[in-house]
Amino acid sequence: MSDHSEAIAVEHVGGTTASFLYIWVALLVMTAIEVFLAYEQLPTLIMLTALLGLSVVKAALIIAYFMHLKFEKLSLFLTLFPMLILCIILMLIFMPDSLRSLMLRAQ
Amino acid sequence: MSDAKAAVMDSVWQGGTHPYAINSKKFGMWLFIISDALTFSVLLMAYTYLRLSTPDWPKPFIFVPSIIFSSIMTFCLLSSSLTMVMAVHSMNHGNRKATVKWILATMAFGLGFVGLHMTEWLNLINNEHVTPFSNEWGVPLFGGTFFALTGLHMTHVIIGVIYLGIIAFAVGRGKFKYEDVEVSGLYWHFVDLVWMFIFPLVYLMSARL
Repeated sequence: MSDHSEAIAVEHVGGTTASFLYIWVALLVMTAIEVFLAYEQLPTLIMLTALLGLSVVKAALIIAYFMHLKFEKLSLFLTLFPMLILCIILMLIFMPDSLRSLMLRAQ
Repeated sequence: MSDAKAAVMDSVWQGGTHPYAINSKKFGMWLFIISDALTFSVLLMAYTYLRLSTPDWPKPFIFVPSIIFSSIMTFCLLSSSLTMVMAVHSMNHGNRKATVKWILATMAFGLGFVGLHMTEWLNLINNEHVTPFSNEWGVPLFGGTFFALTGLHMTHVIIGVIYLGIIAFAVGRGKFKYEDVEVSGLYWHFVDLVWMFIFPLVYLMSARL
């Protein structure tokens, strides 16, 4: 039983209405910046980096606070996180190939 | 005797300890989210790969309705995440009436998302003549990847609205516990999370200036 009441106590640490509102506002502001960037004449690579960077920050905020992962045990995070590394490795393996086929066509 | 029994139960190999300190439903949902995240990553990678390797990839998203609609859709999903967090918060305080209200608000935002998305799809299909197999720019793979990615996401939103409807109905009748609302919240936030990548990579990178 003591375990249970402890869990609820942690819950209270995890979220106050004010903190949820702040995060919601931060997410909306970052979305607005993204839409603004879409209409700036930036080089593709810089724009892609900026948009993906903002998206990763937004995703991290949602996972940490809305999905409550920041307040779970570290072991849960360590179990889930390797998937992300796998994804990034997959991307690094496949993406250069798409540019290679473009070069072949250009010649 | 009871001390010895407690010691045995505390052993990791006896299942007596809680390595994650969460219930099995929540852990199950986290594992589902991981596998679903991989599915969406692969679809996003396929889209990006084709986009990079195709020199004349179309930019079909005009400001009205595509970009403005998808921005409002992003607003809907972000706000629905806030209302969902509030639903979980109310349930944590044992306020079932407030929980039902917040879940209904979440469902309303979700339905708003689906409605706007459908309108935006119909604009692409009727005015820009994009179908999953052909379009006027001679890049049929655009339609294939676009509709597969956004279609799978929309399916997730529709399933989420039904899921939340069941939860709201049961919570209103005094059934289900705090965990059940929290687990449905995890699913809903994940749907929101996926859109945070689809919106910039698919819509904003292909906005027609």
